[in-house]
Amino acid sequence: METLLNPWPWYISGPLIALVMALLLYFGKNFGMSSNLSTLCAIGGAGKFSDFFKFKWKDQLWNLTVVLGAIIGGFIATHYLSNDSLMDLNPKTITELNNMGFQNAGASLLPNELFSLEALKSPKTLIILIIGGLLVGFGTRYAGGCTSGHAITGLSSLQKPSLIAVIGFFIGGLIMTNLILPLIF
Amino acid sequence: MKFIKFLLVGIFFGIVLVKSEAVSWYRIYEMFRFQSFQMYGIIGTAIGTGILFLQISKKGFIKSIKGADIYVPKKDKGFTRYIIGGTIFGLGWALIGACPGPMYILLGTGVSSMLIVIAAALIGTFLYGLLKSKLPH
Repeated sequence: METLLNPWPWYISGPLIALVMALLLYFGKNFGMSSNLSTLCAIGGAGKFSDFFKFKWKDQLWNLTVVLGAIIGGFIATHYLSNDSLMDLNPKTITELNNMGFQNAGASLLPNELFSLEALKSPKTLIILIIGGLLVGFGTRYAGGCTSGHAITGLSSLQKPSLIAVIGFFIGGLIMTNLILPLIF
Repeated sequence: MKFIKFLLVGIFFGIVLVKSEAVSWYRIYEMFRFQSFQMYGIIGTAIGTGILFLQISKKGFIKSIKGADIYVPKKDKGFTRYIIGGTIFGLGWALIGACPGPMYILLGTGVSSMLIVIAAALIGTFLYGLLKSKLPH
């Protein structure tokens, strides 16, 4: 039981993520989480403004069900499948983040400085969350997929477009983490 | 009832991503600073297992629930949209540490500020839909 409650090692988690992809393919669907953003736009009536959202969103309800499950899974994992072990972060990472103003790095999954309700009172935090969300939402649709659709499914099926997209993910991620984050914090 | 299996897959997905810490902002930071192997290990073994699964199913050993061949949709050919779109996505991913799966999962773990991220991501997706015809693909 303790093994289950501790963080799971990468060599267990990685294959389990592939299993999620395999199950969805087995059910005749595919693994792509970002499509749900388009579906939600379509349900909200975005088709009135752009043909891009004119599709039969009812065919995508299965994927929204996966989303609902993912939310429940997140709840179950934190409430019933976790102990209060700290994250095993690189000490160098912790020192770096400390210098940037992040206290208690690794005490929980996310830094309170960015995601706690207290932090939301600061306009800077709010702007960061909004810009981050905008970039992810816009970029994922422009690239035609996200980590699940391109990095996992696309690379598993040896597709070149996905390799280009994943290289893009890394260019963007490296720029943000190494060049922009130090300017923000 | 036919949706139950998708709900269960989603629950499983959410649990795996929390327990692997792939939903953690810290893990994404570490990955892009090359200070931890965790994320590379997760993504690498996921792709490795995925390749294995798809190669086996290609040989006809695995069929879908309806008895059809396992089918992965082909992405359109191109370069510009993938590299630019990917870079924009990467900037956001590293800033907030959450991609389109984890943002829902984190909401489930009790991080209510994810609602702001999700709302912004919806607006981002909507903006893409509006601008699509004007963007280079």
